[in-house]
Amino acid sequence: MSDVPISGVRAADGSRNTPRGNSFADHPLVQLTLVRFREFVREPEALFWVFVFPILLAAGLGIAFRNRPAEVLNIAVVSPELAESLRQEKLLEVHPLELQAAEESLRTGKVALLAGPGANGAVVFHYDDTNPEGRAARLLADRAIQRAAGRADPVSTSDQLVREPGSRYIDFLIPGLLGMNLMGSAMWSIGFAIVDARRKKLLKRLVASPMPRQYYLLSFLLSRILLLVVEVAALVGFGALLFHVPVRGSLLDLAVLCVLGSLSFCALGLLLASRAKTIEAASGLMNVVMMPMWIASGVFFSSQRFPDVMQPFLKALPLTALIDALRASMLQGAHMAQMLPQVGIMIFWMVLCFGLALRLFRWR
Amino acid sequence: MPEVASQSALRIHRLRKAYKDVVAVDGLELEVHAGECFGLLGPNGAGKTTTVEICEGLTEPDSGEIEVLGRTWTSNASELRQRLGIQLQDTQLSEKLTVLETVRLFRSFFRQGEPAAQAIARVQLEEKQNSRVGELSGGQKQRLALACALVGDPDFLFLDEPTTGLDPQARHQLWELIEEFKRSGRTILLTTHYMDEAERLCDRVAIMDHGKVIALGTPRELIATHCTEQLVEFTAGNAAKSLDVPALRRISGVRDVRTENGAVLMQVSELHTAVPALLAELARQNVPLTELRTHSATLEDVFVTLTGRHLRDE
Repeated sequence: MSDVPISGVRAADGSRNTPRGNSFADHPLVQLTLVRFREFVREPEALFWVFVFPILLAAGLGIAFRNRPAEVLNIAVVSPELAESLRQEKLLEVHPLELQAAEESLRTGKVALLAGPGANGAVVFHYDDTNPEGRAARLLADRAIQRAAGRADPVSTSDQLVREPGSRYIDFLIPGLLGMNLMGSAMWSIGFAIVDARRKKLLKRLVASPMPRQYYLLSFLLSRILLLVVEVAALVGFGALLFHVPVRGSLLDLAVLCVLGSLSFCALGLLLASRAKTIEAASGLMNVVMMPMWIASGVFFSSQRFPDVMQPFLKALPLTALIDALRASMLQGAHMAQMLPQVGIMIFWMVLCFGLALRLFRWR
Repeated sequence: MPEVASQSALRIHRLRKAYKDVVAVDGLELEVHAGECFGLLGPNGAGKTTTVEICEGLTEPDSGEIEVLGRTWTSNASELRQRLGIQLQDTQLSEKLTVLETVRLFRSFFRQGEPAAQAIARVQLEEKQNSRVGELSGGQKQRLALACALVGDPDFLFLDEPTTGLDPQARHQLWELIEEFKRSGRTILLTTHYMDEAERLCDRVAIMDHGKVIALGTPRELIATHCTEQLVEFTAGNAAKSLDVPALRRISGVRDVRTENGAVLMQVSELHTAVPALLAELARQNVPLTELRTHSATLEDVFVTLTGRHLRDE
């Protein structure tokens, strides 16, 4: 066919030759990224979930699990002689009671342990061995009775108390929440926006225009990384200022981990959104994928609590890798070289999910 | 340009596209000349949207050839995208963006075109420039969609049912904008199932049904070819006395007689002789006339004549 432009047909039109503005702001990638920001900032609920919610959660849990001085344990005693020797132990609050009242107190949890006389001058402890307070009370009570009866400890021991920042629950919690937040915001922001645009046929309209398609996906990653700075700074800053949660590793390592983690969750979100046509279908998929990680990846408690056979699988989850690496860096000051397994797992997920997503992605 | 009339903006040859169980486009042949406004008419499911989306490079045809502005999608896709203005059926633009932000976004995709504010002025949305898209009325949203299609200064504009669902005032406003674009000499392919829209805007129309073109020409030609110019519609008779329809066919100048929902539709060549003859015949049959209307044939009548169905029935 001839290459004669059809445009010659048209009446003279002065606007024809206005080139695209050369300014930075008129680049399609910049415009697309701006759209991402505008859509995010104009959604107050999203702002709450991404910035406010994790901080409220950290504050709530930080207060609930704050470290307190060791508490005094309540125990019930039915014989006066025993009570006398048990009172030597300062960590025990001794309540001399009638047998019936003592049993009642034990059942209702008012005391952790009941000490009663057995046959031939022996002592019988009544307690629930699944209750940590009961077990602690038994050890303390036993030690007090033995010492009162004249036992001398063959080895002398002394205590050095460790209550410094870095080993408290809040120190454990902040990197966990950070990881969870990075997962949630990456997956929801990319998944929701894409499925919504597909549902509204906006994706189809965009590919009907000369928009470079890679810019569309790239704009999500760019806006995510820029928002990440605020998100991470808010949570880590909150932890550092209010609870003195340490950041012992380098900030560069922390940044690399956050970006890497976020990108692998962006990839996962993109994969889940690659075909879904409704918001319901997409959120169902997201919850199915995220739920096991919320529970098993060690956000609120260590993933080590799960059985050994599960450990290799849990370690392979992207959220476990991210949180483990964040804890190692923030709390133990680990270097990048020590976190290579976790970094490798995140890169693996990122490459796998992006690869699959780009293969499966439907614009309409 | 001397050879304007011979240049074609779109050529479709033996185009075919089938979905799982339906053949949407079935061996379609079509040519759209540069500079004309071409209408693709037909009921829902006739294959209009599929055809348009293949022309827009959004859908892969199963077979057939297609050339847009002398180029093919297989070899010149990115160049073609720069030169087409596209408005799709029921696209919802992002509600949280403003009108200006939306047009600016689309402007950024094109190498050339007018500034966003100018495209907005062209569709008379200047006052809404800083309003969120979610706050616009249906007509304003359609005008915004048109601005997004026009901002790249296209050579070829695709409009898929641009006025569906709009109130009459909004439709007229949109028609004026489309006519203005027409005057600049560029090509338009428009689908619609509103006959008045096609008659007003289109230089030529193709009527599609079941994935094929069943009639092609200017609106006037189609009406003249497939319908006589005038239609007489009346209701007569009652339960006691029914009408002798075959007798009506014998009246001179009557081309066709049809009954529809109790009314009778006659195509006649000349109203001034046919109507007195009809009244005389009814008097002879002694059937009372209860209603009488006459109107000039429209594309709707052409479609009914060709298919026996109404365009908007299904």
